[in-house]
Amino acid sequence: MSVLAKSQLQETFELNIGPQHPATHGVLRIKVTMDGEYVVKAEPVLGYIHRMHEKMGENRTWAKFWPNLGRLDYLSAIAYNHGYAGLVERANSIEVPERAEYIRAITVELNRIQSHLLWFGAFVLDLGGFTPLMYAFDEREQILDLLESVTGSRLTYCYFRFGGVYNDIDDDFIAGTRAFIKRFRPQLPMYDDLVTNNVILMNRLIDIGPISAEMCRKYGATGPVLRGSGVNFDIRKNEPYGAYPEFDFDVPVYHECDSMARYKVRMDEMEQSLRIIEQALDKLPDGPVMAAKVPKMLKPAKGDYVFAVEAARGTFAMRAVSDGTNTAYRMRLRSPTYSNLSLFEEASRGMLLADALAFMGSLDLVIPEMDR
Amino acid sequence: MNELIRVVIYFVGIAAFLGLNLAYLGWVERKGAGHIQRRTGPKEVGPFGLLQPLADGLKLMSKQLIVPDNADKWLYMSAPILAMVPAVLLFVVIPFGENLVPREFNLGLLMIFSFASVASLSILMGGWGSGNKYSLIAGTRAVSQCVAYEIPMLITAITIVMITGSMDLNEIVRQQGDYFWNWNIFRFDKSIFMPLSFLVFFVCSMAETNRAPFDLGEAESELVAGYITEYGGMGFGLFMMAEYANLVIGCSLTTILFLGGWQSPIGIFPGPHWFLIKMYFLIWCFVWIRWTYPRTTLWGLLNLSWKYLIPFALVNLLVTALFIKVF
Amino acid sequence: MLAAEGLAAEEMVAETPEEEIQTAEEGGDESKAKKKEEDGPRENGLLETDYTARGTHLDVLINPDQVVRAAEILDSEGMTIEMVTGVDWIKENQFEVIYDYSYTGGELFRVVVRARVDRENPDVPTVSGVYGGANWHERETWDLLGINFVGHPQLERFLLPDDADFHPLRKDFTA
Repeated sequence: MSVLAKSQLQETFELNIGPQHPATHGVLRIKVTMDGEYVVKAEPVLGYIHRMHEKMGENRTWAKFWPNLGRLDYLSAIAYNHGYAGLVERANSIEVPERAEYIRAITVELNRIQSHLLWFGAFVLDLGGFTPLMYAFDEREQILDLLESVTGSRLTYCYFRFGGVYNDIDDDFIAGTRAFIKRFRPQLPMYDDLVTNNVILMNRLIDIGPISAEMCRKYGATGPVLRGSGVNFDIRKNEPYGAYPEFDFDVPVYHECDSMARYKVRMDEMEQSLRIIEQALDKLPDGPVMAAKVPKMLKPAKGDYVFAVEAARGTFAMRAVSDGTNTAYRMRLRSPTYSNLSLFEEASRGMLLADALAFMGSLDLVIPEMDR
Repeated sequence: MNELIRVVIYFVGIAAFLGLNLAYLGWVERKGAGHIQRRTGPKEVGPFGLLQPLADGLKLMSKQLIVPDNADKWLYMSAPILAMVPAVLLFVVIPFGENLVPREFNLGLLMIFSFASVASLSILMGGWGSGNKYSLIAGTRAVSQCVAYEIPMLITAITIVMITGSMDLNEIVRQQGDYFWNWNIFRFDKSIFMPLSFLVFFVCSMAETNRAPFDLGEAESELVAGYITEYGGMGFGLFMMAEYANLVIGCSLTTILFLGGWQSPIGIFPGPHWFLIKMYFLIWCFVWIRWTYPRTTLWGLLNLSWKYLIPFALVNLLVTALFIKVF
Repeated sequence: MLAAEGLAAEEMVAETPEEEIQTAEEGGDESKAKKKEEDGPRENGLLETDYTARGTHLDVLINPDQVVRAAEILDSEGMTIEMVTGVDWIKENQFEVIYDYSYTGGELFRVVVRARVDRENPDVPTVSGVYGGANWHERETWDLLGINFVGHPQLERFLLPDDADFHPLRKDFTA
């Protein structure tokens, strides 16, 4: 009773969302100062799953750092693998065989679809619709089975190596992937019918959480957050790496800047990923999947190296400062969720609490990659 | 003596009906949810999961009843009871068949609405008494929702009373003679808006019983569990059972007012089985809608009521009065 | 095309002509060499780097007090701040703060701005007034390394617990 009596005397009261909360998708705590149902100030408090991966990068040799990558963004782990592989290959001028690049692209895009499916299910669950989560997990299960047959893991992948991938894909995988594409493609219009065009969902997402392109630029927000605000920027097209220049795909961009735009960007990205996978399977060259001569002890030249990839949530960039030894001197991981969430404080002022939570869901947060 | 036996039989009958419904509506909901979501729902406990409600009941009863420190003890403990009691009491006036009504009360409709309003009081008591900010927010939301949706419900019910000329539920059913085109939902000679007012009443009863898409009071992902956050064990069990009891009352009322109660649609074999079929069909619609749609926002919900349903209900009232006077 | 700017150690330099930037982007024959020992010499703090070898296009070394001016110039060009990295060069008794800027407008251009400070008094003016995104990056750098960003609105513990009194990314940190 005393708690409630105090809040009668003050204008605003403080509400703690998390760190254990169904809507924050991970251990994120947000200190919200509220005036009735309106958010006056929302301050995210991080660090609940901080494991100091950057120090681990300094204490391990280049090869021993591999398992850490999968644990950062567990939903988009193969893209993180790609970022690290690209970084070290750039530093040591290792050439990757073509078949390996194509396999990398296939697995990264399958991973992207799986990550967006989980986001889709969890986001609509936050808004109160329980059923799309089950449908999304059904599809996701098929992808996880495919990837498990090739990589051995279901979630925290450690599939790439410097110079390629360690396991070749077999005919079963190719047939299974084609079957999956055939099964999944007609589901996307069904999701549109059932979920996207649902009046209640549209009321909850349209005009909620507007983020201007200028705000995205100031805060370094990337990925679907940036593309939902009308900026056509995708690392796969703007800073091409791997086999992506060979594929013909579109980058979905919506100009409304609200949560619905970000939602639609991700739904369209799933379709584009299907296109990339199909083209990669059609054009898959033969050949080795590992570079021929990769030294066991990698000692890149002194200096800084930067590599950026498009993970499911935005630009994942790594910067390695090397001092010529077989461990990095400094390993910096730049996660997209960190920059995407940094604009939450400014963007959520004056929003209603339910809107703020829907907005957070549309940002697609994965907390372990933010806290590293 | 006869009266005493009658009372006892009805008491036992209602208690059995109620107990079976409250337990097994949970089973229907979970099985329905499962199949809508491409999975099977409960199937381990007993054949087709039929003993699941028993297992749930045993689990809930064996839990320790914890009263949080900040809670107001009396409010906290009495809120679930207050939620349950009116819903149970209302079964006294529901006509299951022509002669199957425990007490044929000539103000039956009024009694139902007055007792149903107590439900919002129990939500507020639960929310305030929990001593938890989340519960308080949820409690206030639920109360504003209940108040907003009672009004169109009452106005629509008044149109039915105007048509029938009586508040006695059994009388209302009797006047909807045989054949389904005599049911109130299809009585275009009394008002051209009849099917629409059925829809209004249906939506309002969904909102009154806090069912999705209007379940802001228990909004799981925003406020943990709303006003039932701090309740565990049988307190939670009572709230859930009260929700199902309210659901049964709401659906029964809708069938009585609009779908002809125990009247048969084809003219033969009138009886309580028709009442049960119609009522369970409506309950299935509730379950179906819950697992298909996401939740509305609070202002979307209130806007719907104040800006759309209430003006429509008032217009409907005037049109019905006009029709009755003229035709 | 983005005209590159740079800040000299003491003065502003005129704009670098376009051709030099083109060579930086296309890489050159040097990228084929397996081991590049060092990049070329710096002119007034500016260095054009080989994109295929390093991943950036322009590398700028400035004084710490010019950091805000550099950010303002790059902001007016429409660049976004990607990350702020702190490096502990314990042998040289210095901290280095590295700002990564990139261009999301369509052209591919990455600028790296570096500044070195003393390890004893690591004071660097904050860039969070120009770029809101630098707020969290700088706060984390202070938290993990101890570099003090002068003028930062909230230099508190971020990833570490509130009562931590150590900076773990320092090279002399023992757990």
